[in-house]
Parts: sequence; C-alpha cells; structure tokens
Amino acid sequence: MENYEIVVIGGGPAGLAAAIAAKQNGMEKVLILERDRELGGILNQCIHNGFGLHTFKEELTGPEYAERFIHLAQQAGVEYRLNTMVMDISPDKKITALNRAEGLLEIQAEAVILAMGCRERSRGALNIPGYRPAGIFSAGTAQRLVNMEGYLPGREVVILGSGDIGLIMARRMTLEGANVKVVAELMPYSGGLKRNIVQCLDDFDIPLKLSHTVVDIKGKERVEGVTLAQVDEKGRPVPGTEEEYSCDTLLLSVGLIPENELSREMGVELNPVTSGPQVNESLETSVDGVFACGNVLHVHDLVDFVSEEAEAAGRHAADYIRKKRKDQTEVKRTEALSEIEQVPLLTGAGVRYTVPSFIRPEQMEDSLKVRFRVGKVYRNCYVNVYFNEEQIIHKKRLYAAPGEMEELTLKKEQLTEFPGLKKITISMEEA
Amino acid sequence: MYDVVIIGAGVTGTACARELSRYQAKICVLEKEEDLCCGTSKANSAIVHAGYDAREGSLKAKLNVRGNEMMEQLAQELDFPFKRNGSLVICLHEEDFPRLKILYERGIKNGVKDLRILDREQVKEMEPNISDQAYAALYAPTAGIVCPFGMNIAFGENAAVNGVEFYFNTEVKGIRRREEGWELSTSRGSFRGKWIVNGAGVYADRFHNMVSREKIHITARRGEYCLLDHSAGEHVSHTIFALPGKYGKGILAAPTVHGNLLLGPTAIDTEDKEGTCTTREGLDQVLEKAGMNVKNLPMRQVITSFAGLRAHEDGDDFMIGEPEDAPGFLDCAGIESPGLTAAPAIGEMAAGILKEKMGLKEKTDFISTRKGILDPKTLEKEAYRKLIKEQPAYGNIICRCEKITEGEILDAIHRPLGARSLDGIKRRTRAGMGRCQSGFCAPRTMEILARELKVDMSEITKSGGRSRIIEGINKDSL
Repeated sequence: MENYEIVVIGGGPAGLAAAIAAKQNGMEKVLILERDRELGGILNQCIHNGFGLHTFKEELTGPEYAERFIHLAQQAGVEYRLNTMVMDISPDKKITALNRAEGLLEIQAEAVILAMGCRERSRGALNIPGYRPAGIFSAGTAQRLVNMEGYLPGREVVILGSGDIGLIMARRMTLEGANVKVVAELMPYSGGLKRNIVQCLDDFDIPLKLSHTVVDIKGKERVEGVTLAQVDEKGRPVPGTEEEYSCDTLLLSVGLIPENELSREMGVELNPVTSGPQVNESLETSVDGVFACGNVLHVHDLVDFVSEEAEAAGRHAADYIRKKRKDQTEVKRTEALSEIEQVPLLTGAGVRYTVPSFIRPEQMEDSLKVRFRVGKVYRNCYVNVYFNEEQIIHKKRLYAAPGEMEELTLKKEQLTEFPGLKKITISMEEA
Repeated sequence: MYDVVIIGAGVTGTACARELSRYQAKICVLEKEEDLCCGTSKANSAIVHAGYDAREGSLKAKLNVRGNEMMEQLAQELDFPFKRNGSLVICLHEEDFPRLKILYERGIKNGVKDLRILDREQVKEMEPNISDQAYAALYAPTAGIVCPFGMNIAFGENAAVNGVEFYFNTEVKGIRRREEGWELSTSRGSFRGKWIVNGAGVYADRFHNMVSREKIHITARRGEYCLLDHSAGEHVSHTIFALPGKYGKGILAAPTVHGNLLLGPTAIDTEDKEGTCTTREGLDQVLEKAGMNVKNLPMRQVITSFAGLRAHEDGDDFMIGEPEDAPGFLDCAGIESPGLTAAPAIGEMAAGILKEKMGLKEKTDFISTRKGILDPKTLEKEAYRKLIKEQPAYGNIICRCEKITEGEILDAIHRPLGARSLDGIKRRTRAGMGRCQSGFCAPRTMEILARELKVDMSEITKSGGRSRIIEGINKDSL
C-alpha cells in the first residue's frame, strides 16, 4: 500500500493545474494517475490554437498549453503514473489502480481530486434511427484519428451539432481535403463559441442549419447518406421538412457528459443538471476530502477557466489536509464540520446551474468565483444576485449564451456581513 | 466432398455444427458475413424462455423446454454467461386474467416446471419497480438470460476445435443436386456435400426453395430495442413481459447478463431481409410501451438502440426436417423466438437425425469443453497481479467504460475463429459496448487489430466488407 497526501485522478489540464497548486501550497506527496499514455488529456488532440489567452496572454495550441503545465508539474515535483487506470476509490480514499508495469496498485490518499474530464454523447444516446454503418464518429474520435493518427475518417461529411468540437472538426476535415456539406444544430442557436462559428464555418462557406436534426442514417456497411429535418420548439422533427444528404461520414458533436462513474461508485452526490458532483465553495464534494475540478465537475468552454478552477481545488485540498492534521493534534472542536452554516446557491430564471452549489461563508477565501450557465441566448440583459430576497448584484450584460460559461465574483464580507443569510439566488433578467 | 455442409454461422448453424462435430464426419459451415453471429443471433432479447408461450405439441414448445433444460450445463461446458433470473408476465387488468391463466396452463402442458401465479402483493415484493397497476403475474423461475454472442461464439469455437471448417464471406448462390449429394455454388467457389443443413435464418426460405417444390416463406419480422447503461441494470432483476398479443411476446424489460437493461422488441413485418435499421416509430414505441409494466424507467440512460430480424415462417413453427422431395437437405428454418433458447436442442435434434440417416460414428476424441476469454476482473487480487506479471497486456485497459484489457482483445483475435473486425472484438470482449459506445477505445482497438493482423490501420473494418473506418490519409486529395 502506497501513501500520498493528494492523489489526482486524471492528468489533463485540470489534474495538472490542481497537482501543481497542491505542491505550491506545501504538499509533499502529490500523485497524478493518468490512464492515457501521456499527460495533457484531451488537449493533446486539440491542435488548433486559441488556448491560453487568459492564462499566458498567448494563443497556444492544445499540446503547447498542456506542455507548459506538464513542465510546471515536473518542476514542482509532482509524481505521475501513466497508462494507469483507476478501477475503484473507496469512501475512505483507498484507490485501486491498474497498469502493465506494476499490475494492481493500492494507494491510500489523504485527499482526492477528481479530474477525469468528460466523454462524448453517442448516436445511441440520442436515439437517432437508421442503420449502424461504419462512418459514424463522435467528433472527438474523428479528431483523434485526424490529428494524432493522420487518417481521414471520411470524405463527404455531415456534422450534427454546432458545439465547439463539431465546429473545429468542420474546419479540420476541410483542411485535410474532405468536403463538409453542412452542420446541423438541434437548437435555434449554436452551442459553440462565437469565434468558432466565424473561423470554422463562415470562413469556409460551410452552411449551418439551426433547428435541424438527423432523422435517418442510410448505408448498411458504410454511411451512404443522412436525412436532415427541421425541428419544432420542442425539438421534434417536423414531417415534410426532410432533406437527403449523400455523404460517407456523420460526425456527432451532441453533448459532453462528465465522466463520473468513479464518483458515483464512491457515493459522491451528483448535480442532475451538470451530471457532475455537487460542490461547496472549496470545490469539495459530498464526500469528505474529495474535491472536483475541470470537465468532470462541469463542462467548460475555455481551458483557462479549467486551470483556474483546478488551481483552487488544489489549494483547497492542501488546506483540507493541513486543517485535518491540526484537528487531530488539537483538542477536538466542539462544532462538527457539517454544522458549519451552508448557504445554498439557487438557480433563478434563466440560469441552468451554478458551481458551487452551496457556500459556507466562514470557509470562503476573500473572494469566490461563481460560474454558471444560462438557459438561452440573451441580448442586453442583467445578471441578478439575491441574498435572501434582497438584490445585491444587478450587472448589465450585452450578451449571454448557453455556450459561453459565465462567472461572477462574491466577496466573503458580502456574505458574512449579511444578517441571517439563508439562500443566494442567481437569475437573468431581460433588459 | 463434405459429409455435411451447414449454411449459416448463427446460433442455429453453430449449434448444429457443434453437435455434429461429436461424430466422425467432414463438416463445414458457409457464412456470408465475415464472422460468427452476424444476423439475428446478435440482435435479439437474449432471453432463455421458460416455454409457456408456444403452442402445445409444437416443435417450438418441445425444443424450448429442452433447450432451457440443457442451458445450465452447456453454459458451464462451453463457458458462456447464463443466469436463471426468472421471468414475470404482468397482467395489468383483472379482465385480462383469463389470458394469463391460459399461459399458465399451456406452460404446465408443455412441461415447464415451477410455474406460479402471483398476486399484486407478491409481485411488488419481488419487483418494487413493477407498475402499481399490476393485478397479477405469471412467475417462471426457470426462465433465464444469456449472452447470445457468447453462446453462438462458444458453439462455433468448439465446433472448430473439433474439426469443423468455417468459411466466412462465403455466400451460397445456388444449390444443385448431384449423384451423390449436393453442389453449392458460392461467392467463393463451389462446395460439395452429401447433406446440407439449412441454418440460414431469414434467408432459409431462399435455400429451401432452391431444392424443394413445396415452397416455404419466411418473413423478416423486425424487432427494435433500446439498451440502457449499467446504472439502470438493477431496475428490475427478473425479465418482465407484457401479456403476449398477436405479433408475439410484446415489449419486455430485461436485465442482461452483463448488467445492462434491455427494452424491446417491437414487431413489424418487412420484406427487406436486410432491413436491420431502427425507425423513429419503432424506437418511440419501445420507449413508450416499456413503461407500461415497469415504472420510473431511467430513459436518460439509453446508450444505444438496434434492430434484429426474426425469421417468421408462415406455418408459425420451427421447420426441422427433410422436405419430402429433397432428401439429404435438412431444414432448420423459421427459427424465431424461442430460437435462442431452443438452439442447443435444435442442434441436438438435427445431429440426431443425421446420425441416424448417415450412420455416423461417434468420435473418441471429442473435446466437449471450451474455455471462453478470461475476464481478469473475476480473478482474486493476487491471481490478477500474477497474470499481469506474466502477460502485461492484461494490465493495459483499452475500453474504459467496460474495463476491457488489451489481454482480452489479443485473446479474441488469436483464438479459433478469432475476431478480425471491430464488431468481432466487440461481440467477444464487450469492448465498445459501454457508455461511450467505442468513442474512446475504437482508435486503440483498431491499432491492436492492425498490429496483430499485420495490416494497415486504414484496412480495419467495423464488420468486414466495405465497412472501413478510415477513408484515406490526411490531405491525400489535395
């Protein structure tokens, strides 16, 4: 049995930043367990640039951004094991992992940081009818084949989903010689960053069909075509609007799902909206000493925010360990940790979810970044924050969209100095 | 010249092959697809029926009960997953109770053991997630669930190990009578055989009608399914049936041996014997009707859907025997539900007929057992550690969702009748059957296949033929 202070599950951007922060905050034994053959996570296959505008004030490619953090991690003395799959984490933080070189490992951690990232939603999960030929790929799988193996998954491409991965792949496939015929999007607005619509679709004359979906897939062995149809406000296909597109490839960019199998198995409570863990202001989950950050917590749009969030998680995990050690040597405190006041963060009109889900004002640092997503596109609106029934923040925004994560900052004194604070609500208001 | 040529490497064909391989005879199996288990055998409810559904005295009834009886021992002998989890036919309304009683009585007459009728309380105690409306249920403790790929592949491998030759990508185009036996012309040349066993699934009528004037007609009856994630796998523990109707057993909810939840099938007749596509109406029907008997189905947990074609013969029963005007040709046709359950018994019956007619002698060196692919998750920690030391590939997880190692994938490729495609690997190891539906593991599995088969990764297919994954190399057209 090996012992570590902090074990980080996942060596992508979240895991790396969290581990570095833990080291920088005084932890000695910090270990990253990564199931792939290298650190960097999904960044390794994101060869487009645009990463690091906030963090480094530079426009880096995915692998370059990852490399910066891998260097920092190595310099900081973070240990890591590659090709190592975590099979199980017990509630008392005993980790069982597997790799070729060492076989079955057992590691005892004092604190765990979940940074497993997310997976893509599949065709099956969308109940798209039709055949099951070769040539249907999730955009991320196609990205791996193109960017890391150098293979073209197809030549005549239809893409379902205008999330960032779908948009990026529209451009990638075009640059490698494929013909991207159309990008269809179920919603009446795109789920990706505005700049990607411009740089990936407009710049390449690739049509975007909003409020459309795939209703049939043709071809028994390899895709031969798909049928697109318009959808109504409820997202249901409208009969009579069907259009056939011949193609040999269908790319799906239809949603990312945080990968919380391990979290569920260890009893971590999940937020049904995000499918990620419910966390408090310290990014701690419902299981004592287990923290979460990055896409496993909620799917991000910008890796810079992932790094920021993960850094906070690393910091808090280090604090948790120091506090725990102190508690053991000092006289037991009379108040249990759970008795510390917890203020829930509620979602008001137009807000789909917030991270964190609740705040313990006494445990806050001086300022806390709250991240949230809106449920539809807003032009000219206000972000409102209410403490109980009183409006504390009324901030104007020119534009807010589901595809662009929002954030606001709360100051500790705002909360601690508000008498009888029972709940905080964030809501959107049309101007 | 073969003694026996079997058409079809589905569960029927391979069951016959396995049973016949007990005897001293030269046997081959001709299969038009690239692998075992590519037709109906890979797209069904995976149920081992108790045997109360089929008409008394029918071959379906007799072989259902016999197959059910044989299943436990066979599953041990040939190492495929089988679980006797029991089934419940739910009667929602008091006025339908007479129909439930009919099933019960038919079951008794068919020789089904331990059938019982349960009242509402007893049903709810057994399965809390049954609809609150449930009035009564028929409980069949002998019903079970099986891995259909596992069974089919086990039959095939065991037959191969006992000398049966398998020819894949070999489609039978014509059959002609010769002085001694038959000549089959195929996409891969001609084959001669003294006897033919027709295990061709939805195409069995095509071959029967080549040799006999008494025509048969097989309708492809499509059934669509939705499969839910492991997290839904314990929603019910028994197989939950609706009261059967005109077109079959209706839409069921069943746990699978691998811990998923399966909903379906619908029943729509189609003339298209390749019509394995799912449809909007079909999927909607599954999702709607499944909730009639079972409440709180976690529909957001659907990970995939598929369709299978049942081979429904107009006569509504299995056809196992020689047409009067075509001696030497043994039909195993019309094998729809309970075909999977009956498969071992069909193999037994077919082999019995041929043994007698051909005067076959038993082998002394028949290998009756077969070991499936080792699942390291079943090992104790120390045994697993030892295995990884000896074979490090078992320490390398390829399919993260189902936790399948490279060791298992290598085994799948190198064993008799090994996998040559992604679907072949999928059916043998489950790699790609999880939540992400091969999103993460497909490129890695392709790499391993390419390496082991010594081909370029661009030649790897999903399921043989033209189903290549890769179309070219970056910028090859610019």
